[in-house]
Formats: sequence, C-alpha cells, structure tokens
Amino acid sequence: MTELLQPQSPGIPLPVPTLYSQPYWDGCKVGELRYQRCRDCGAITMDPAPACSACFSTNLDWEVSTGQGEVYSWTTVWRPQTPAFTVPYVAVIVTLDEGFWLLANLINCPVDAVHVGMRVKTTFVELSEEITLPYFEPVA
Amino acid sequence: MAKHPFHDVAIVGIANSEQARILEGHDSTTITFQAVHRVLADTGLSPSDIDGVAAGPFSGPLTYYMRNGPSWRHYMAPSIPTILDAASAIATGQCHTVLVAHGSAGVYTERASTAPWTRPAHEFVVAYGMFTAAEFALIAQRHMHMHGTTPEQLATVAATIRNNGHAHPEAVYHGRGPFTPDDILASRMVADPFHLLDCAMTSEGACALILTTRERAQDLPTKPVYILGGACDSFGPSYQHPPAWDLAGPDGQNNGYTGRWAAQKSFAMAELGPTDVDVCEFYDPFSFEIIRQFEAYGFCEEGEGGEFIMDGRIGPGGQYPVTTDGGTMSFSHGGAAVQQLQRVIRGVEQLRGTCVTSQVPDAQVAMCSNGGAGALFTDVMLLGTDTP
Repeated sequence: MTELLQPQSPGIPLPVPTLYSQPYWDGCKVGELRYQRCRDCGAITMDPAPACSACFSTNLDWEVSTGQGEVYSWTTVWRPQTPAFTVPYVAVIVTLDEGFWLLANLINCPVDAVHVGMRVKTTFVELSEEITLPYFEPVA
Repeated sequence: MAKHPFHDVAIVGIANSEQARILEGHDSTTITFQAVHRVLADTGLSPSDIDGVAAGPFSGPLTYYMRNGPSWRHYMAPSIPTILDAASAIATGQCHTVLVAHGSAGVYTERASTAPWTRPAHEFVVAYGMFTAAEFALIAQRHMHMHGTTPEQLATVAATIRNNGHAHPEAVYHGRGPFTPDDILASRMVADPFHLLDCAMTSEGACALILTTRERAQDLPTKPVYILGGACDSFGPSYQHPPAWDLAGPDGQNNGYTGRWAAQKSFAMAELGPTDVDVCEFYDPFSFEIIRQFEAYGFCEEGEGGEFIMDGRIGPGGQYPVTTDGGTMSFSHGGAAVQQLQRVIRGVEQLRGTCVTSQVPDAQVAMCSNGGAGALFTDVMLLGTDTP
C-alpha cells in the first residue's frame, strides 16, 4: 500500500492570530473554514483582512465555506523549512468553490498523486490549544 | 535637456567586497566597509564628496562614521527601488552624489533550517513549511501546467547561469562546473520542480555603487553608465499570502507577469524595446524565473519562454546573454538584498566593458532586474552607455 502524506506533528511554528483574523482561527477549532464577504459589494476577501479587497469597505461579514475546491498549483517539498517539519510535505494553493484561494498542505494522499485540478476538501488537525490547522485531502 | 530626469544621472562607481559561503572574521558592518572603501577607490572620490547615503538601516551610522553630514539618506534595504530613489533625489536637486551600500555576514547561522530571510513568519503560511523555494515552485508549476514548460528547459537556464559563475574568478562557486542540464536534473529535489541546482545559493558579502549627476560624471575617471529607465511592480508582501500566478488588480495585469508594468514604463523612458537589449542581467532566484521574465518583459510571447531560452539564446555569444557573473546561483547571494544590487553592478561592468569573463562585445544597453513572482514583486532598470 502506498504511504499517505501525514499532517505535521506539534512543534512546528504556529500562527499568531490578529484582531481581524481571530474569527477565521475560531472557525477552524469548530471545523469551519470561514471567509469574509463584503456587505457593500458582495466580493470575497481572503486571506482575512481589515477591508474588502474589491471595494476597500470595512463592512465585512463572515461566511462558512463548503471547504471543497480544486488544486490550483502545488509543490512537493523535500528540504524542510526547519527540522521541525517532516518531509516530504506538499504545499497546495486551492481554489475553493466559492472562488477564493487558500494555501495549505495536502494530506491523506499518495505523494505522487497530486496534480492541478485535483478535487480536494478541508480537514482540520488540532496542533495546540489555540490553533487548529486546516489541511486539504482528496475528495473520496 | 534630458528626455527623462533619470537620464541626468550616471552610475560612476561600483564595487563588490570579497564574497564567500562564510566570511570568517567579518560581520555585516565590516564587510560593508570593505565595499565602501572599494567603491570610493573605483571613483577616486572621498567621503566628503558624498552627500547622500542609501544603506538601509546602516545609512545613519555610515553617515556618522564618514562625517559626511548633512546628508540625504534612505532607510530601505537597498535594491533597484533604492537606486531609483537615489537617482530621483539627484535629479530633483536634493543631493548630488549618493553612495548605495549593503552587506551581510554572520546572519545565517542556523544551517539545518533554510536561511532566515526565506521564511518570514506569517499566520497564513507559517505552519505549512513555506520558504522561498516552495513559494517560487508554486509559480513555476502553474506555468508548467498551463504551457507545458519542461524541467529540461528550467535546467538549461540553471546550467547556463552556473557556467557563467564557473568561469568567473570572483564567484563563490568559481570552478564548480561546467554543468550540463542533466547535471541540474540529477541534483536532489528541493521543492518540485526545483532541484538543488535550480535554486539560488546562500553566501555572504557586500557591494556598493555611487551615483552622481551627468555633469559631475564627466570629471571622474570611470566611464559613466546612464540610467535609461526604471520602475517597480508589487502585488503585496513576499511570502505571506498564496503566490498565485493569477493574482491581479483592476487592470488584469497578473502577478505571474509581475515586472511587465515596470518594463513597459522603463522601455518608454528609454525609447527602446526588448530587441535593443544587449545583455540581460536578470535576477535568478530560481531557474524558472528567467523564463518568466522573458515573457513578462515582452521578449517573447506568453507561454513561449521555455522554448525561447533554448538553443544557446541566453548563453555566451547568444542573442540575450543572461546573468553573466553567475548570479545568485553561483556568483553570490549575500542575504535579503545584497545580491539584488549586484545585478545592477554587473550591468554596469558589462557597459564599461570591464568584465573579466563573459563580457558581451560592445554592450550598449543592459536590462537589470530584482525580485520574482514567488515574492510578488519585480523591479526593472535599463542602463545605457548613452541616453536618447
């Protein structure tokens, strides 16, 4: 059986949320991939920001993504950023079905199976009390 | 009357310090001083002739040590935007002679990790093991998917640039080659599609330049090299957000072709086009970036860069020789910014006609660049032996 890519273990550097990104990380803890939508123009903003990336309005709401999308680009990393990371790991930019990009790692997938256009969905892994990370895995 | 204010400014001094993987007995300050002494010797100027200093956070200290105040100063780690700001300060009469200097030594010590400047912490990338090679790989993979660009084409770029450094006696990797594309493909994978030899190295070193007015340049011993044009593209901070090829603003120009806007403005200032360029001192953090820049700047059509760089076109004696000192892959990569200034220094050397190796015969116009799509910015400069 082919080995599947695994999530990283605790000990990797973790995100430090900001005032405007905290709802995103709170969502991850309850298994929701949250994104911002502008109440004025309807555009999506991602990564979380203090203002709409289309009209610069601060009138933003949080919505919950289906978590489904397709791989836009990928790279398999064999030289770790720091020794805290286990290789190989695969970084992907995914185009979510709502139309925004998210960068994360791909897991539960053979290392040589990743390709542009691959259908994936979010899966969440708790790495500390404060931080649960979104990863992507292939849609079965 | 100059057709563009930049044309009244000349680069009259250039210098590299010694460059090495590790410079024993040096820190960033001492190695910067070595480059400053060398650039003053190159021009025959003394500190009292300098009335502007652009050395990043070191600008203030350098002005104090040289006792050349009052002095114009610039606090951003110097690269092409800094040179353009210095040229603007001279052209607008804020000062007349600017020293640009930068050095780095003793910064990269934790060798089990990638260099610190390759992995700034940001909440949306920090936990995913991102660093420069992975960021630029996401750009390259997208292009390979869209256009069928091949690992062999990437390897051809890397072999060409590394062979330039192999020949250059002052390159950190002098004598390490020669390399064939197969040698590049046989090196270990770092971040697919980049093998180790598709990537920039890390090293230590410093460099410096002096800019002055066209008028003052005529009294100096060096052959003046003029700024024909220059501009800067940015799509955001480096290494914090997904480096998507299609990230774009309202006019549709995308991050995949970052540098196009800057190149178009630069060519317009210079009243030139790509076919007028004699030597391409392009920034080479990763092999694919050279292919991308030929497309971005309009040397070839979108998607054709992989074919364009084949058959010797970018090598010695080719139509567009690239990165002729060996660049960041083989000459030096001193940190976050030193190697960016070195692209301009090499462009000046080419136009002075003083390159010890890989001199392009009778080079009149050089195009220099910094950055890359994986870093969400590209800066461009055109240098010339004369102005329009």
